[in-house]
Amino acid sequence: MNSAIRRPSEVPDDQVPLDVRNVTKRFRRRGRGQSQPGPGGRRRTYHTAVHSVSFRMRPQEIYGVIGANGSGKSSLIRILSTLIIPDEGDVLIFGRDALRSPASVRPLLNRVSADPSFFRAMSALENLLFYGRAYGIAGPLVRRRSLDLLTRLGLEHEAKEPMTELSRGQQQKVAVARAFLTGPRLMLLDEPTTGLDPRSKRTVQSFISDVRRDGVAILLTTHDMEEADQLCDRLAFLAGGRIVAEGTSEELRAHVAGSTTRNADDVDMEDVFMAFTGRSIEEDEEEPESREELQNDTA
Amino acid sequence: MTQLEDVVRLPAPRRVALGWAFFERQTNLWKRYWAWEVVWVVYGVVNTLAITFIAKEASHGGLIRPGEVSRLTLFLLIGTLTWAYLSAVLDDMSLVITWERWEGTIEHTFMTPVSRTIHLIGMSVFGVVHATIRTAVIMACALPFFDINFSHVNWTEVVAVIAIGSVSLVGLGILTGILPMLYPERGVQMSFMVQALVLLVSGVYYGIDVLPGWLQAASHLSPATFMLNGVRAAMLNGAGFGSEGRTLLILAIFGLVMVPSSLVVFAAAERWAKKTGRLKRQG
Repeated sequence: MNSAIRRPSEVPDDQVPLDVRNVTKRFRRRGRGQSQPGPGGRRRTYHTAVHSVSFRMRPQEIYGVIGANGSGKSSLIRILSTLIIPDEGDVLIFGRDALRSPASVRPLLNRVSADPSFFRAMSALENLLFYGRAYGIAGPLVRRRSLDLLTRLGLEHEAKEPMTELSRGQQQKVAVARAFLTGPRLMLLDEPTTGLDPRSKRTVQSFISDVRRDGVAILLTTHDMEEADQLCDRLAFLAGGRIVAEGTSEELRAHVAGSTTRNADDVDMEDVFMAFTGRSIEEDEEEPESREELQNDTA
Repeated sequence: MTQLEDVVRLPAPRRVALGWAFFERQTNLWKRYWAWEVVWVVYGVVNTLAITFIAKEASHGGLIRPGEVSRLTLFLLIGTLTWAYLSAVLDDMSLVITWERWEGTIEHTFMTPVSRTIHLIGMSVFGVVHATIRTAVIMACALPFFDINFSHVNWTEVVAVIAIGSVSLVGLGILTGILPMLYPERGVQMSFMVQALVLLVSGVYYGIDVLPGWLQAASHLSPATFMLNGVRAAMLNGAGFGSEGRTLLILAIFGLVMVPSSLVVFAAAERWAKKTGRLKRQG
C-alpha cells in the first residue's frame, strides 16, 4: 500500500463496519499460475485472487474498491459476504468475526451484485417477501417495507409483475430494494450500476447516497471512475489481488500530482489508476471477467 | 457453536417463521410453474396405468389365476404410487442447490441468516406436502381404471409407515442434494443415478426376494425397501402396528440416523464449496 496515504482514524472495534486484515485467497487452476505444494505433497497450480488485503472502514463511510475485471473485487466481496472462505487473514464486521462465526454477521450485512439474480418466474414482491422473511422480518412488515422501497425506486406499478417482465434496470432496482429491505448496517455493492442505462444509474446512485444518510456503511466496488469519485469518501485501488493505493480522491490526486509537474486539479481518477497500477483500466478489462471461475478443476 | 445448537437456541415460533420462508417461496414457484406440475402429473398417471395394466395382461396370458389379478394390481399400484411419492420428495430435495444455481440466487440465499438446518427442513416439509398432493392426484386419476377392493386396508398403518418413512427419505434427499454442490457439471445426473439405484434395490415393482443375493443385501440399505414392505403389508394384508412394529422401528432408526448425518455432510460440503469457490459456479 502507498505509504503517503493517511490511515483511518481509530474507532472502537464494535463500531468499525468492516476491518479486513491480511486476507489472502488462492484458487486451484489449470494452466498458468504459481506452482505450490498441495495436500499429499503434490505440486499444484494456484492463482492468488486476493493477496494480503487489509483495510478498515469508518462508520457510515462509502468506501470504494476500484479495479478492473479480474482484479479480485468479486472474490473480495464474496469473502466479505461469507460465501468464500479465505486461506489467510481475518474479517471483522462491527467487531464480529465473519470467518469463525459467519452466522453472527449475516444479519448485519447485505449485498447487491452486478447480476440481479432473482427467482425469475416470481414477482418482485414475492421475491422480496422471501428474502425479508429469511432475515426474520414478519410478512406484513416485509410487504409494507417492500412497497415503500419499490415506490422510492419508481417501481410501484411493477411490484406484482414477474421478474421476467422487468427490464435489466428495473431488476437491478429490485436488487437494491432487496438489499436495503433487511436494514443492513453494512452494504456490499458489487458493481451495482454495471449495464444500467444513464437514468437507472442515476436513480441507483442517488438511492445509495440517500441510504448512507440513514447510517449505513457502504463498500462499493466499481470500475467506473466517475461513479467512485462522486460517491465514495475513500478509495482503494485493487490490482492483481493487492491494494496498491488507498485514500480520498483528493489525497490520491495530490499524490499523483506530487510525483509529476501537474496540478492536482488536472489529474483525474483514470490518471491515478494508471499511476498506481501502471495500466489503464481499459487494458486491464481485457483480462477475464472472473478468474476464480476459471480456476477450479472440473468435477 | 454448531448450526444445530444455533437452531435449538431459537424460539420455536421464530424457527417456524424462518422455515416458512422456504415453504412459501417453493409454493409461489410451484404456482408460477403450474404447467410443469401438469406435465409431471400426466406422466405419473400414464406411468401408473402402464405398469398396473401388466396385472391384467398377466391374467389374460394365463400367467396368474383370475383370483390373483386384484392382488397383483394392488401390488403394482402400491409400487407405482409409492415410487411417484418417493421420486417427488427426492426430486424436490435434489433441487435445493440446482434450482438456486439455475436462477442465480444461490449466493443471496446462502447469505441470509437462516441456518442450513432450518433451510433444509423448510424445503423438506414442502417436498413432502408437494409429493403427497401430487401422488393423491395421480391415485385419484388412476383408480377408476381398476377394480380394487380396499375394504381390508389398514389405513392408519399406511399413514404411519409413510409419515415415519418420509423422515428417512428427507435424509436421503438431502444427501442427493449435496451432489450438485460438489459436482456442478454432473451433480444433477448423479442424483438421478442414486434414484435409479433406489428404484432397483427397493422392490418397487417386485419383491426383493427375486433379486440376486448381493442386491438383496443392498436393498436393506434403502429406507424405501422398508417403506414399501410396510405399505404393502398394510394394504394387501391389513397388517397393523402389532405385526409391522419392526418395520416402523427400522424406518424410525433410518430417519434418526439419516437426517442428522445428512445435515452434517451437507454442512461439510457447503464449507468445501466455499473454500474452493464452487458455490457460485454454474454447471
